[in-house]
Amino acid sequence: MSKKSKTSKPVERGREPKTGSQILVDALIAEGAQVIFGIPGGALIDVFDALYDAPLRFILTRHEQGAAHAADGYARATGRVGVCMATSGPGATNLVTGIATANFDSVPIVAITGQVPTNLIGNDAFQEADITGICRPITKHSFLVKDVKELARVIKEAFYIASTGRPGPVLVDLPRDVSRAVCEGNPSSEISLRGYKPVYEGNIKQIRLAAKVINDASRPVIYAGGGVIISGASEQLRALAKKAHIPATTTLMALGAFPEDHPLSLGMLGMHGTAYANHAVMESDLIIAIGARFDDRITGKVDAFAPHAKILHIDIDPASISKNIRVDVPVVGDAKNILENLIPLVEPAEHKEWLKTIAKWKKDRPLTYSDTGLKPQYIVEQICEATKGEAIIATEVGQNQMWAAQFFTFTRPRSIITSGGLGTMGYGFPACIGAQVGCPDKIVFDIAGDGSIQMNIQELATAVNNQLPVNVAILNNGYLGMVRQWQELFFKKRYSHTTLTGSPDFSKVAQAYGAEGRLIEKKEDVRPALEEAVASPRTFVLDFHIDPEENVFPMVPAGEALDKMIDGLA
Amino acid sequence: MAKTVDAKHIISITVENKPGVLARISGLFSSRGFNIDSLAVGETEEPTLSRMTIVVKGDEATLEQIRKQLGKIIDVVKVQDFSGLDFVERDLALLKVNAPAAKRGEILQIVEVFRGKIVDVGQRHLMIELSGPEAKIEAMIALMQPYGIKEVARTGRIAMVRGVK
Ligand SMILES: Cc1ncc(C[n+]2csc(CCOP(=O)(O)OP(=O)(O)O)c2C)c(N)n1
Ligand SMILES: [Mg+2]
Repeated sequence: MSKKSKTSKPVERGREPKTGSQILVDALIAEGAQVIFGIPGGALIDVFDALYDAPLRFILTRHEQGAAHAADGYARATGRVGVCMATSGPGATNLVTGIATANFDSVPIVAITGQVPTNLIGNDAFQEADITGICRPITKHSFLVKDVKELARVIKEAFYIASTGRPGPVLVDLPRDVSRAVCEGNPSSEISLRGYKPVYEGNIKQIRLAAKVINDASRPVIYAGGGVIISGASEQLRALAKKAHIPATTTLMALGAFPEDHPLSLGMLGMHGTAYANHAVMESDLIIAIGARFDDRITGKVDAFAPHAKILHIDIDPASISKNIRVDVPVVGDAKNILENLIPLVEPAEHKEWLKTIAKWKKDRPLTYSDTGLKPQYIVEQICEATKGEAIIATEVGQNQMWAAQFFTFTRPRSIITSGGLGTMGYGFPACIGAQVGCPDKIVFDIAGDGSIQMNIQELATAVNNQLPVNVAILNNGYLGMVRQWQELFFKKRYSHTTLTGSPDFSKVAQAYGAEGRLIEKKEDVRPALEEAVASPRTFVLDFHIDPEENVFPMVPAGEALDKMIDGLA
Repeated sequence: MAKTVDAKHIISITVENKPGVLARISGLFSSRGFNIDSLAVGETEEPTLSRMTIVVKGDEATLEQIRKQLGKIIDVVKVQDFSGLDFVERDLALLKVNAPAAKRGEILQIVEVFRGKIVDVGQRHLMIELSGPEAKIEAMIALMQPYGIKEVARTGRIAMVRGVK
């Protein structure tokens, strides 16, 4: 925000007519935006002129996908709306994967795209793409602004829609003539959305019913999803668990929503969840699902999911209720609000027998690995120790993501930044840049794979240029490891196109970009390298050459019941 | 989840009269694999709102998803499933049928019984306009089949609940 002093505040610009570009900038400031990630181009050049001396931080990424993921990482780490910007045509289409990633994980971002002038729309003009059409199924809402008089209102509505209810990405497509047009008069910027009324408060009858099934249960399990983090309901979740001694498992998206060092924590459930979380779900007589959506990676074989359990489901999205699993007691509304009303109705309970059974599972089937050579699990544990568990952890996708989820002890919300729903390789690094921009005082790591990191490695320039002390820990196995693991287990080791030959020396790539880079091959070098990276104010890339054929266990094969876990140690 | 029997449902959707709304709704049906039997769109008593009447087939769980997913579209103001309500439904059809002089009398009689209208007369054909519930239109089409139907155009169903709230 170095240019702050140069400009007057938007309100002081007074009554002289503004251009669309100025309206956009003022509206973004009015919505509390502080930073925009993006890349300019012809259709947005007027907007960029207005940004030149605006009191907004602009982070120039090296690919628009990076800008979208950075805005998303910023939003997940801070809880604020992330903003990204791209020009028409290829700039806009480069955002698509980032928008889809945010949509799947309910992340509030506003994406602003340039568009060809309104009179050319539909004419196959240079760099034209029907981006609102392309993004229709992957946005919460989108706007094509055809009149400068609508612009202020549209920006306000975009932020409102993105950040309320079940959050999600909103696209604003801005034709060049609209960003250049001078707006006469003083059009209203009041929100006018008859069809959009998110429900926050739960129906009290349903809440009473929820309390009753909880009070009647003898083997209850809390299954917390990303909605708990979005709603800011971690404290309430803990209070509920504590009051009635209910063990809690979280999804990948909700890691940290319930502290994993708490005795009632079961860690993560699902395909690569802990054995004890999956057993607990399968044996339970009441699943208390909060802000979760019964994804197939969680349920395993749907017909076999939690066969003895009633399902209580608290969610802000009515369409999530009974979509995959039939719900017995639905409560629609905001998790925090509902839990606050529910907790007083829940009777204290001990569930001694149930917790004893779970303790035995924990003892018999802990998360573990054989600690020989350089193991990725060990590196993740060391990252956790070296950062006292306080780091923000972004991940890529693949084995690296699962090892990060399993072996880092997440104890606070908004500390994992990961593409859960879409599973986007290349997400983690730009997302960690966004997280670091939003949380400058935090230690930020991207736990990466050697495949994924190459999908947005160009953002090293962005990190270095903005002096961001982000750390990348590449768990380099020389493979598209997760796919190789499936090939090993289910396709007779036919490693079809999963070997990553020809990868560069990542420490040297880092150095070429002006970042620090280290190559680590021995276990004893792990901790010192991590300490150095954490202490350093510079962008740091640690290339760990790990045991190449290490697998992620336990694992529930796709389509199997949750308790049909395989683990490699037995 | 347990599947119940598929039934036809008439869903009336009140939407903002804005560009792109139809694409959002039809896109929802295609991307989630719901089948549309018919779809009719038109303005309402309030010029900023349009009404879409959609006929869909599905079991109860699918219909519930359709209603909820429609409700999530920002430009959708209201979703109403007419199942179980007392409503009037109409479909409008235009039929062009072969009508040689020898058969004309018969055809005109049928049209009269159905309270249809002849809206175009040619050397060898007649164009019939008919409105009514779906069953009536289907019956007329069946009766005209032997004469040879050259073309059919139908609006799809529109519907309205009886009485005043
Ligand atoms: C953009 C994208 N392309 C392909 C995939 C399919 N995929 C899932 S995991 C994976 C391998 C990831 O390799 P790497 O980043 O090296 O991670 P590892 O599993 O080895 O830790 C692939 C190709 C994906 N998730 N995302
Ligand atoms: Mg790899």
